[in-house]
Amino acid sequence: MMAKATAQAAGTAPAFYVTEEEHAHPGGSTMLGFWLYLMSDCLVFAVLFAIYGVLGRNYAAGPSGADLFDLRLVAVNTAMLLFSSITYGFAMLAMDKGRQAAMQGWLVVTALFGLAFLGIELYEFAHLIHEGATPMRSAFLSSFFVLVGTHGLHVTFGLIWLTVLMVQVSRRGLIPANRRRLMCLSMFWHFLDVVWIGVFTFVYLMGVLK
Amino acid sequence: MSQNHAEAHGHDHHDGHDSHGASHGSPRGYVTGFLLSVVLTGIPFWLVMNDVLGNSTLTAIVIMLFAATQIVVHMVYFLHMNGRSEGGWTMMALIFTIIIVAIALAGSLWVMFHLNANMMPDLHKM
Repeated sequence: MMAKATAQAAGTAPAFYVTEEEHAHPGGSTMLGFWLYLMSDCLVFAVLFAIYGVLGRNYAAGPSGADLFDLRLVAVNTAMLLFSSITYGFAMLAMDKGRQAAMQGWLVVTALFGLAFLGIELYEFAHLIHEGATPMRSAFLSSFFVLVGTHGLHVTFGLIWLTVLMVQVSRRGLIPANRRRLMCLSMFWHFLDVVWIGVFTFVYLMGVLK
Repeated sequence: MSQNHAEAHGHDHHDGHDSHGASHGSPRGYVTGFLLSVVLTGIPFWLVMNDVLGNSTLTAIVIMLFAATQIVVHMVYFLHMNGRSEGGWTMMALIFTIIIVAIALAGSLWVMFHLNANMMPDLHKM
């Protein structure tokens, strides 16, 4: 409703909104609002990437990315997240067709891939800390743990959200509210995959390069 | 919004309940996006792990181009970005975000690189 008023006040292409008559049901602007949230989350990651870009070569005579990173592990991790993205996509397609059981099945598969991703990441962090490469060791490692850890936290909350929604759907079915929530989580999940592209390129691959 | 969306897309899947202006895509779209992502992820890993190009600066530029391409692929095939959903407002928000992200990244690196160069001349001798 607010967007409608603003758009018309600004005089930019009001024709888009005149056609919008069936706007009485709740949640009509949820997807746009959630997209704006994702964009602001994008800024959070941009700042963390900028910090990593500035501090990522300050090793304080400690280990560098080339010493620490195991690219095969990162490749497996990337595959996990990519698989979870497409399985979530299949869940959304099943939801479109109203096939609740199939959708729940795909969501379980998505959750398992997400859990695998988190498990591998935690294993990597534990391994680094065990080797003495803690966040306290150097500016490089501080910024590394903050950036990759923030992404991991997002995935963790995505998994919690996914679990809650699976319970919701099993109890109440594919009601409009649940469809809307699942679509928000879909955007969130794919967005995390987009952020991961930046992480594996800028942190891992370029960290190993020099 | 939904009418506008339905006109703009005309997807083969039914749009009856979809009044949120976001498309769910098609199996074909997801599989295409997935296959492109596999290729666009695999090549950078292959380039770096086997040191194919033999020049780290060139490799860095190439893998950044692959990352940018893959982000576009994800936006189009997984997040279903286009200039029409929500009357163009998602695209406007995205463009605005890209501008801010570019300023934050390029500005930080530029300023801090010059700080390093101008104020810590002995850094590399340490």
